[in-house]
Amino acid sequence: MTASENFLTVEDVTLYFGGNAALCEVSFGVRRGEILAIIGPNGAGKTSMLNCISGFYRPQHGRIRFKGHDLTKTPTHKIAALGLARTFQNIALYTGLSTLDNLMAARHIHMRQNSLQSILYWGYARREEVAHRRRVEEIIDFLEIAHIRKTIVGALPYGLRKRVELGRALALEPELLLLDEPMAGMNVEEKEDMARFILDIYERQGTTIVLIEHDMGLVMDISDRVVVLDFGQKIAEGTPDEVKRDEKVIHAYLGDA
Amino acid sequence: MAVLRPSGDFDTSYEHDLAVVRQRWQWALLLLLLLALFTLPYYAPAPTVSLINRIGIAIIAVQGLNILTGYTGQISLGQAAFMTVGGYISALLVGAAGWSFFLALPVAGLGAGLVGLIFGLPSLRVKGFYLVMATLSAQFIIPWLTRHIYPSLLNGAQGINVPVPTFSLPVIANTCFLGTTFNAELGTCVYRFATPSQFIHITLGVLIVSTIVALNISRSRLGRALISVRDNDLAAELLGVNLFAYKLKAFFIAAVYAGVAGALLAHNLRHINSQTVGLVDSIMFMGMLVVGGLGSNLGPILGATLVVLLEELATVLAPPAAALLPTLAGGATAALKPLLFGLALMLFLIFEPRGLAHRWMLIKAAWRLRPYAR
Repeated sequence: MTASENFLTVEDVTLYFGGNAALCEVSFGVRRGEILAIIGPNGAGKTSMLNCISGFYRPQHGRIRFKGHDLTKTPTHKIAALGLARTFQNIALYTGLSTLDNLMAARHIHMRQNSLQSILYWGYARREEVAHRRRVEEIIDFLEIAHIRKTIVGALPYGLRKRVELGRALALEPELLLLDEPMAGMNVEEKEDMARFILDIYERQGTTIVLIEHDMGLVMDISDRVVVLDFGQKIAEGTPDEVKRDEKVIHAYLGDA
Repeated sequence: MAVLRPSGDFDTSYEHDLAVVRQRWQWALLLLLLLALFTLPYYAPAPTVSLINRIGIAIIAVQGLNILTGYTGQISLGQAAFMTVGGYISALLVGAAGWSFFLALPVAGLGAGLVGLIFGLPSLRVKGFYLVMATLSAQFIIPWLTRHIYPSLLNGAQGINVPVPTFSLPVIANTCFLGTTFNAELGTCVYRFATPSQFIHITLGVLIVSTIVALNISRSRLGRALISVRDNDLAAELLGVNLFAYKLKAFFIAAVYAGVAGALLAHNLRHINSQTVGLVDSIMFMGMLVVGGLGSNLGPILGATLVVLLEELATVLAPPAAALLPTLAGGATAALKPLLFGLALMLFLIFEPRGLAHRWMLIKAAWRLRPYAR
């Protein structure tokens, strides 16, 4: 595999917080149309990696290339428009807005009305609102959250909020979807629902997915490839079966046996 | 809480779902209310008309603050300073440059908006308490400037007299229409908005426009971007909202509202100086917004109305209060106004921190659920 086949390429990314290296020369590639899982023990740098890709952190060294752009040099607010969306480990919804408005807010990058047209709310702006509302309703149907359409998300239970957040990421119509622990803190039933949604997104829309997850059984079931981080370094990469048998991975998870 | 619609009111299309005024009887009520307000001078005593006028101007200023603080989450204590800017611009354009008031009014808004942009710049770096301090600087710099720059034009601390807004019509068939009177000096028919009874029509007209603009902002792309900055600025940026641009837009819009309100106030009082509106008024506007409900379009209307009415109550209560507390004698009204305002603010923060607008929603929901639940 050459680098050019990669959809997203992470090259020698190094991120320091003060003197601590959160990520140390991490490189890997994400191919178009795969589910890649990033796993590792707590504090391994998984979320830091995702934060670097989504432009939330700026690594000191290295490059992250996506569709010909270097994400480490792209202004944060322009990354979403390139076709990249993410969810957060600690849900980061707009808590004062309804489910519907949260998803509509994510249509920001796809809407063309300028602020003056918004203020006049006539003609084009009005038609655009309805057109995007239609698209958002499709996502609401897909995620089975129609019953909470007009509920303020601050009042929703945790599992539903996770689902709304996934919906908000989908409303961006991303080509690459980054999911930070989409099933953390869920019960088995909720996890199965979420896994079903993720697989549906992947199969129906061909969205490339990078996810961080702690549930190993689930990771091994749904991902095509796995990248393992430990103490900020990549220690293994490969198919779930390869990774499962890797000495270093077993060592990182279980310690000296 | 989900949205509760009156029984039988169904959404048949997305357009219908997005509508603000949903039913015919609601339109009828709205038009009746507007009719009652516009014909106020014909049946209400002059002090009442003057009071409604003051409430209207306060609502416009608070609506601007609501867009900045309620929607965008940027706390500002500079609203009164931007009103001063608008007031001076309009006063100079109409008084010294001889513009029509109706042209000077939007220009005053835009001018104040540009000044607002300057004081919005710190919002990129600082939040919350520190931003309050940064906007507070407007409250010191702008009045100081009006006192010290161009004394020949701005007349220093004394301030300037502001002309009466007029509109003129050409003489048609030797008669003057629309209640205008013939002005021999100009050779045209002129209508002067001199008394509150005449001025209130301007205030109400502007209030209708400002309310529609606020509503449109809150239900469109712009409003959702502003609210996402308030609710989660980090997520908003990752979802493609340019924080810098939208914070500045919010400051601009808020200052435009302030500028328009300031121009209305200046022409209503017929005089403006650096003390006409000040820091206390900025704090009052913030209080009105809290009492009415932050981030709700109904909030500024209810809050400004309640607080201005409380001030009136202070005037009514002053004589008995002065009899009870002789040490207040002479300044009873002045003493009671902040007392009532402070009391209202405190009670609201404890018992209804989301303001009157939220309470109104609860009442509506309870009414619609009746008799099944409360």
